[in-house]
Amino acid sequence: MSADLELGLYVFVLATFLGFQLIRRVSPLLHTPLMSLTNAISAIAVVGSILVAGEQKTELSAVLGTLAVACSMINIVGGYLITYRMLRMFRKSGKGGS
Amino acid sequence: MIDRAIPLIYFAAAVSFILALMWLSAVATARRGVLVGVAGMALAVCGTLLRPEIVNYRWIAAAFVAGTVIGVPMAMMPMTAVPQRTALSHAFGALAAALVGTAEYYLRAPGIDRFTMGALSIEVLLGFLTFTASLMAFGKLQEVLPTRPITYRNQNVLNLSLFGLAAGAGAYLVARPDTAWLFPLFIAMALLFGVLLILPIGGADMPTVISLLNSYAGLSAAAMGFVLNNKLLIIAGALDGSSGFILSVIMCRAMNRSFTNVLFGAFGQVQSAAVAEPERRTVRSATPEEAVDILRAANRVIVVPGYGMAVAQAQHKVRELYDALTKAGVDVKFAIHPVAGRMPGHMNVLLAEADIPYDKLMEMDDVNSEFPQADVALVIGANDVTNPAARHDRGSPIYGMPILDVDKARTVMVVKRSMSPGFAGIENELYYMDRTLMVFGDAKAVVGGIVKELAGGAG
Repeated sequence: MSADLELGLYVFVLATFLGFQLIRRVSPLLHTPLMSLTNAISAIAVVGSILVAGEQKTELSAVLGTLAVACSMINIVGGYLITYRMLRMFRKSGKGGS
Repeated sequence: MIDRAIPLIYFAAAVSFILALMWLSAVATARRGVLVGVAGMALAVCGTLLRPEIVNYRWIAAAFVAGTVIGVPMAMMPMTAVPQRTALSHAFGALAAALVGTAEYYLRAPGIDRFTMGALSIEVLLGFLTFTASLMAFGKLQEVLPTRPITYRNQNVLNLSLFGLAAGAGAYLVARPDTAWLFPLFIAMALLFGVLLILPIGGADMPTVISLLNSYAGLSAAAMGFVLNNKLLIIAGALDGSSGFILSVIMCRAMNRSFTNVLFGAFGQVQSAAVAEPERRTVRSATPEEAVDILRAANRVIVVPGYGMAVAQAQHKVRELYDALTKAGVDVKFAIHPVAGRMPGHMNVLLAEADIPYDKLMEMDDVNSEFPQADVALVIGANDVTNPAARHDRGSPIYGMPILDVDKARTVMVVKRSMSPGFAGIENELYYMDRTLMVFGDAKAVVGGIVKELAGGAG
């Protein structure tokens, strides 16, 4: 096993456990915004997409990469925006409104 | 110089994502969470654009514009459509990972080492199957596809064999990465499996399925991290994967079902036991006027909203009812079942959109102890989650499912279009109790009528 792989596996397992701990604390009230936020975060695939699109090693890879950048960008823009929109709707009683 | 800064930028992005999830745990800090998440993503994108390997920016810029043009309207959809939107965005996210995996394969194919090829196989398999599965889920939620389960003989055997074949092809590619003819076949099998996976799953199980697909999309991004040896991708993907997994476990628990049962059980199909024609029992029906008299005399009211309320677009009328009752000195709370709505937490968002304060929205475990003290439990468009049969009738398909103990309230009022059974096709014995009043009609019209009557009496 290469050192990179070893380190990668450690990072993966630790991040998964951290994820479990963080998500368990999220109030069920916010589960929908949680899902739209994690959805936006998983658009981190944009990193790989930009590399493949920008390196332009072959025509095929450039086309696939560009498509992937567009797909990721939809989730980045749409995901964060809708999460923010949702959270703005949550208000406590006695604040705002009539 | 910039080469050395990029790992630091990625590191900062990873920390931002962790903080984003941490701050999302409570409403007070949640917006800060989103902002730091945006900052993390901006860092990741800028860090990548600075990398010296990028020789051409024109296509990337075009893709940014295209993604933004599609992404903004997708964020402006009404809250009732959020489940569909989420399914669609899982499809995009998974497709991005799968496309990058495909490109990487053709760039590196024969010379690729086994380990990288293994991660790449997982990335492509999960990516493409999540892509079609999410599109199917979108179709079912948007009701362009039939929402009931579609089943045929030997379905599970066929599906599992197909998955076995796809996984086998992936494994063979790891052993022999130069088998280029197999790769398109591998993709096709993954795409087909995604479709077949969702066919037998009914509309009522969509909250679990969406959560599970969320998890897969994250895992395929994490697999990409292994292919590219990028820790940021591994962390973000793992966070997303664990989040989706936990949410699907919560959803399963709320329905008292197992994963295997959701994925292979074809729920909504197995209603034979329940259909055993119940003896014609009588129900008490009431007019909105009669309902008002009871509500006016109440001190404590618990509203139980279900998806039927959202379908009837009655949220805003319910808010008016909340306002009117609160003004009259009645204590009003909302009881939210974990699977109310079409995705985890959906009902909370729908009510928050209607301007109902979130501190009045109570989770099942907290609110159940309050039903015995409630004068009125007002059920609007909810059905199976209020069925007492889940507690005592071993023969019922929903036996064991945690429910809202609506039947313990002094009076139960059910606003319902007709006596037809709900999603799962199960008769609800709540409707035949002596303390239950049925107010028949469209939820929006009925609640609107009650509000008008309440206001009329007061002034």
